[in-house]
Amino acid sequence: MRKQASNSFYAYLRRDLLLSYRRLGEAASPLIFFVMASTLVPLGMTPDLASLAKIAPGIIWVLALLATMLSVGGLFAGDYQDGSLEQLLISPQILVMPVLGKVTAHWLITGLPLTLVSPLLGLMLSMPEAGYLPMMASLALGTACLSLLGAVGAALTVSLHKGGMLLALIVMPLYMPVIIFGGATVQYGIDGLIWTAPLAILGAMLAAAIALCPLAIASVLRLTSIN
Amino acid sequence: MNWVWFYRLGSPLWFYQTTTRWLPWLGLLAFILLTIGLVWGLGFAPQDAKQGNSFRIIYMHVPASFLALAGYFLMATAGAIGLIWKMKLSYMVMKAAAPIGAALTFLALFTGAVWGKPTWGSYWVWDARITSMLILLFLYFGVLALQYAFHNEEASNKASAILALIGTVNIPIIYKSVDWWYTLHQPSTIKLTSAPSMHPDMFQPLLVMILGFYCFYVVALCLFTRVEILRRERKTGWVGDLVGELNGSTEGKRQ
Amino acid sequence: MGHPSLITIENLRFERDDTTVVSCDQLHLDVGEILQVEGPNGSGKTTLLRLLTTALQPSEGTILYCGKSIAQCRLEYLSDILFIGHQSAVKLMLTAEENLLWMATSELSSTAVLDALEALGLAGYSDIPCYKLSAGQQRRVALARLLVSDARLWYLDEPFTALDRDGVKLLEWCMSDHVSSGGAVVVATHQDLDVQGVRHYPVLGETLLRACP
Repeated sequence: MRKQASNSFYAYLRRDLLLSYRRLGEAASPLIFFVMASTLVPLGMTPDLASLAKIAPGIIWVLALLATMLSVGGLFAGDYQDGSLEQLLISPQILVMPVLGKVTAHWLITGLPLTLVSPLLGLMLSMPEAGYLPMMASLALGTACLSLLGAVGAALTVSLHKGGMLLALIVMPLYMPVIIFGGATVQYGIDGLIWTAPLAILGAMLAAAIALCPLAIASVLRLTSIN
Repeated sequence: MNWVWFYRLGSPLWFYQTTTRWLPWLGLLAFILLTIGLVWGLGFAPQDAKQGNSFRIIYMHVPASFLALAGYFLMATAGAIGLIWKMKLSYMVMKAAAPIGAALTFLALFTGAVWGKPTWGSYWVWDARITSMLILLFLYFGVLALQYAFHNEEASNKASAILALIGTVNIPIIYKSVDWWYTLHQPSTIKLTSAPSMHPDMFQPLLVMILGFYCFYVVALCLFTRVEILRRERKTGWVGDLVGELNGSTEGKRQ
Repeated sequence: MGHPSLITIENLRFERDDTTVVSCDQLHLDVGEILQVEGPNGSGKTTLLRLLTTALQPSEGTILYCGKSIAQCRLEYLSDILFIGHQSAVKLMLTAEENLLWMATSELSSTAVLDALEALGLAGYSDIPCYKLSAGQQRRVALARLLVSDARLWYLDEPFTALDRDGVKLLEWCMSDHVSSGGAVVVATHQDLDVQGVRHYPVLGETLLRACP
């Protein structure tokens, strides 16, 4: 009885979740980074709540972006080092589903917790109340976009063992549209405008990313990871 | 259909020999066009009513921005051809296009900043077009960084080709997003982004400059590609012969 | 010549940066054969195996599976092969049992997995995370895949690394059992195999030729 293609999505999702559950400390570090780095802002700038409130949406979005970017580098690194990636490449299945499963697991481990914790940061940076719901909604969609785009960069750099900096150089320009609309959603919410409009664009970006990024990742892994 | 020309294009030797013949003429044409355009634009075109002489920097700025963007698409197209038809020459063109494109993007940003000081009173303004240009420069940096990160030539080619293609898909999205972002935060200053229709006396030298920049770009691209060809084909017979010839002629001169 | 060989290689060449890494003019592999790929370090053994598993694409030439090009019958071919590489693909954070269940291409019963682990001398270790196992034991976990898989073709890259004497015997027994029941094995190793009917195939990459003038 052969495994179905849709099963390989769940199989990889389940395995990556299990792996990070076994190393909970490592899995939690993007979240801890997110909270820690936010304390740097009042320390480096001003404890004045009114000024902090003004920049809070942007700060929270920038930190969420950085946290995702720092964690996405390891997405394929472990599989590459222990040979699982090569096994994946020669397994009789469509590569897109396992890749999507892995990225989904990454979002569940980083993007979702970041979204859930973001009100805490909003509180600490005294963000106006009207911004909370737009912030969580935009982070939920936006971090999924960031995971997908970041995974492309992770696939491109997987065989280089350099990770971090190079990955940042590659994916940061691709992240810019996401942060524009993510930040705008929160700002619209605070200003009392219709914040679902930029959120809808963020959703459209996510839809496009779900359709295109796994294809790009699959071909990158096939073409460059084994040499 | 006769596809011979297409396959011949894939031969580095053919490219090298052809460009050896054409390059001096193309270089001359670029030089003439640029000289005419510069003298005309800087010396004889009328002053702008509002901006005075400072507007003249557009004779550098506009062609450079044109080519910076076109260069990215050319790089991505070359990469795509390389991926699809496994054409080595195409990868070499792709590799050559990256530093030239980055340099032109930087030139566009630099001239933009120089123009911004007298016009906006500040070297750097987060204007939509300047910001897009800056992101384009970052995209170039990403491709360059990836190119040099690989030790393996083939992996480097494929990876940077794919990254260039991904960048191409993203450029329209980035430009539209930045545009929208700018209108959202538009400061209440005079809007200079939509240029009024230009007077023909100003426009004609600009056209000459654009043509000249295109010629210059082709020359630069050919030169960079030729270096890349020599580097990658250094083990082949014809490069050895070429080096032998060059050594022979310099020795001949010494005697 | 009635029916085509299981694997036929014709004029296979693989280049990397204008250097020929693997060049193989003619090679047949039939059911019941064990092919031992031999050669010094850097001679292209691993690359040849990677070409056979389609992880790498050849620069020239074709590999035929039962007379059909493997590029054409890719999925069919891939579901008939089993590759155990130099890196064993064992996840250290998972237990031996989880690893095997995870890596299998078809649905497995837990008892089949436990039997396989027991056969490789890992009884009682099945629910311990693999990072607690020794290198040889980890290798045995990877090799347990051979027992639970129904693939016809085995590609083994340095499978004897870190194995003790008993482990080597066990693996040799596995291989001869596999070929006698209608399979075939390609194994890259320096070790002398104590198995009947091993055919040797020496590979000489260009790297080596350049190194000794």
